[in-house]
Amino acid sequence: MTLLSIDKLDKTFGGLRALKQVSFDVPEGCIFGLIGPNGAGKTTLFNVITGVYAPDGGTIRFEGASIGGESPARVAHRGIARTFQNIRLFRAMTVEENVMVAGHHLHRSSLLAAMLRTRAHAADEARLRARACELLEVMGLRRHAADVAGSLPYGSQRRLEIARALMLEPKLLLLDEPAAGMNSQEAAELERQIRFLRDDMGLTVVLVEHNMAVVMSVCEVVHVVDHGETIAHGPPARIKQDPAVLAAYLGTPTDEAS
Amino acid sequence: MQALRRLATASAIALVLYGVGLWLSDGLIEYAQRIVLLAGINVILAVGLNLINGTTGQFSIGHAGFMAVGAYGAAFFGVKLAPIFARVLGAGAVAEALTFNVALLIGAAFAGAAGLLVGAPSLRLRGDYLAVVTLGFGEIIRISFNNAQFLGAATGYFGDSPAGLPAYTSFFWVYGWAIAIVVLIRNLTFSQTGRSLAAIREDEIAAEAMATPTTRLKVLAFSLSAASAGIAGGLFAYMQSGIRPEDFRFDKSIDMVVMIIIGGLGSISGAIVGGVFVAVTLELMRDLQQYRLVLYALLLVGIMLVRPEGLLGNRELPDLVRGWLRKAKIAK
Amino acid sequence: MSTLLQQVLNGLSLGSIYALIALGYTMVYGILKLINFAHGEVFMIGAYAGYFGAIGLGVERYGAAGFPLYLALVVLVLAMAAAALLGVSIELLAYRPVRSAPRLTPLITAIGVSLFLQNAAMLVFSPNPRPYPPILREVRFELGGVIVTNVKLTIFVVALALMVGLNWFIQRTWTGKAMRAVSTNLDAARLMGIDTDRIIRVTFAVGSALAAAGGILFGLDQIMISPLMGVLTGLKAFVAAVLGGIGNVRGAVLGGLLIGLAEQLTAGYLSPDYRDAITFVILIIILILRPEGLLGVVRPEKV
Repeated sequence: MTLLSIDKLDKTFGGLRALKQVSFDVPEGCIFGLIGPNGAGKTTLFNVITGVYAPDGGTIRFEGASIGGESPARVAHRGIARTFQNIRLFRAMTVEENVMVAGHHLHRSSLLAAMLRTRAHAADEARLRARACELLEVMGLRRHAADVAGSLPYGSQRRLEIARALMLEPKLLLLDEPAAGMNSQEAAELERQIRFLRDDMGLTVVLVEHNMAVVMSVCEVVHVVDHGETIAHGPPARIKQDPAVLAAYLGTPTDEAS
Repeated sequence: MQALRRLATASAIALVLYGVGLWLSDGLIEYAQRIVLLAGINVILAVGLNLINGTTGQFSIGHAGFMAVGAYGAAFFGVKLAPIFARVLGAGAVAEALTFNVALLIGAAFAGAAGLLVGAPSLRLRGDYLAVVTLGFGEIIRISFNNAQFLGAATGYFGDSPAGLPAYTSFFWVYGWAIAIVVLIRNLTFSQTGRSLAAIREDEIAAEAMATPTTRLKVLAFSLSAASAGIAGGLFAYMQSGIRPEDFRFDKSIDMVVMIIIGGLGSISGAIVGGVFVAVTLELMRDLQQYRLVLYALLLVGIMLVRPEGLLGNRELPDLVRGWLRKAKIAK
Repeated sequence: MSTLLQQVLNGLSLGSIYALIALGYTMVYGILKLINFAHGEVFMIGAYAGYFGAIGLGVERYGAAGFPLYLALVVLVLAMAAAALLGVSIELLAYRPVRSAPRLTPLITAIGVSLFLQNAAMLVFSPNPRPYPPILREVRFELGGVIVTNVKLTIFVVALALMVGLNWFIQRTWTGKAMRAVSTNLDAARLMGIDTDRIIRVTFAVGSALAAAGGILFGLDQIMISPLMGVLTGLKAFVAAVLGGIGNVRGAVLGGLLIGLAEQLTAGYLSPDYRDAITFVILIIILILRPEGLLGVVRPEKV
């Protein structure tokens, strides 16, 4: 079943055409890779999908429904969660609070109940905290729960962003360069976690990543963009050898060298 | 069970307040009494403003306008309602108390509505633009009252009787309301809503991506802080014989900002400290006459240069005290 | 018809003064993204500098013969220089130390400086309004039903001359180019070897000088000056800068003229009570409908 379907998506900023007729489908339960050189439009694509920008053309369908142009909060409610290329944590708040913020759907009592600190409200808070702790455990951050988010080392901050996204109980998780700044040991751990998310938590994952080892190892399908356009699509093994992809990343050899 | 326990606590607090109020009105000179009342009113102003400026990070510098709305609302409706309540309940303390508090709530409702009207269009703007718009609205509100003939215009509103507005405001009511508002706002701040507001302050885009209804919450926080300023305005009105638009100039908005800056933006206990500090300092400096405001302004600049995070930063006093106690224990 | 022309004329002359002040706001915001709340007070101090300068040069002695033009120009230059010095001092003492702090801190500092200058002026100059000395002996003449005074003409001439001078400065001199570079991207400008601190000081100096000129013109026009004159006028000039597009020099001029016109027409045709309110109404409308201002550019945030 196709979970996410992008069809001929366009996005222009002033004079720059950031996305040109991009199309692909993400099947449910897939770990889908989105790669391309810097400035190719990958993060813009994420931003358009999650409602930060409205598309200028084309459609985005999630579970069959068209979601193009909806607000980020609406998209999040539908079940699409994301992390950010430049980490966007709530730095002054604790690790636990960061995750709890995303737990709106678990919180059923009203504002008045909160102000009066009723039993129902206390129960909601407890439920939120428990769930947050579970997710922190999954991402290996349980012992940092009371630490201030801004004080965490870089790799932990990235993992916290994922834990926070998971709190939304999404069906689709968009990870923007989760392995950035990680050494090979941390990256291997990340691969394991991504597989866990799909296998044990039933998530579909779309991954923007520059770390080719991670992409090749964990993705089933890879979609390559350059200058806003699709240049290749297929299993990692084939993509690795695709001449168009190589040209985009490494440049074409000049007549001299060939 | 929980409700009974809370009722008992509230009654105990009420008794204490009543007792302290009696003692103060006997023991303190009127000048000092006024400072005590102003300090309590400032606490309400500061804690309310802190909700939107500190916790939510949306900077408003026009809140004197909401205080004015609350003041005029409470004064006007209080004067109109007093005879009605007196007829129904007999002319006595009960009727007065009811009139007073109903008037305060009406004033607060109007102030909250004003907050909604101002907040809804303004809160899309970022940082300094928002500050300037709130300033503009604050001035428009004041100018409107200045031109409102049925409310006395520039001369001010003194109610229907020649003696002016009745002196309903007392230690009991000021501190009763202050405690209630501090508790309510504190509970709000430490709930999922409060967390969401803080998230909006930290990173609004990320908050939205995490399904937070950012616009709705910002406007809500703004309205609540406006309503809070409204209560303070009503209490202020019934402390004097009348109110004038002059009482709610930009200076008053700045006073409120100074209160939360001194205590530390984002800290409720800081807001309380700041509120008291400003009330006491301004009154004590009255002797310095013209130098008063110059020094006040220098104080503000000084704080910004030396310790912009204020006394408590964004931390709360109970947490700080706990931290010190823990350190003291380790040192031993 | 002549009343309309009269109002328009008065509005434009008032607007020219607002434009001079607005330029200071807009240039500082363009570079530092700071609302210099104290700018209104620089305008006020400029007016007082002109007052004391004229008195010092013996304006009262000249009586009916009129203050000589060259002395009036000396007063203008001296006041502009004094204001420039004040502006630079404020930047150095109050704004520079908090330049890297989160945006809120400089905003509050600016408000603090503004309050300080207002109250210090009330202490030093006495809070009572005082009339401007007769630097120009008023001459009225009528043109097609419209009363024009030499004061109004002076305002136009001086304001125009200063704005043309500023334009030349920004477009033709190296420092002006550097100012434009710094306001586009401060870090990049620094990397290109521009002494950003010096450019910032120059910006404050120029903006303050223009405000002082506005102050003197205001004194000539409105006669009464007081220590609090900068509060309302400064705010209106700020709204003018926002209206035109804050950070945009041409916008400041356009905004100033528009605000002056709006104020004058409101006072003339609606009611004098609302002359101040109209500015705030315009502020709210522009920030809600088009926050980047009439000539401003939208800067989208990178996510």
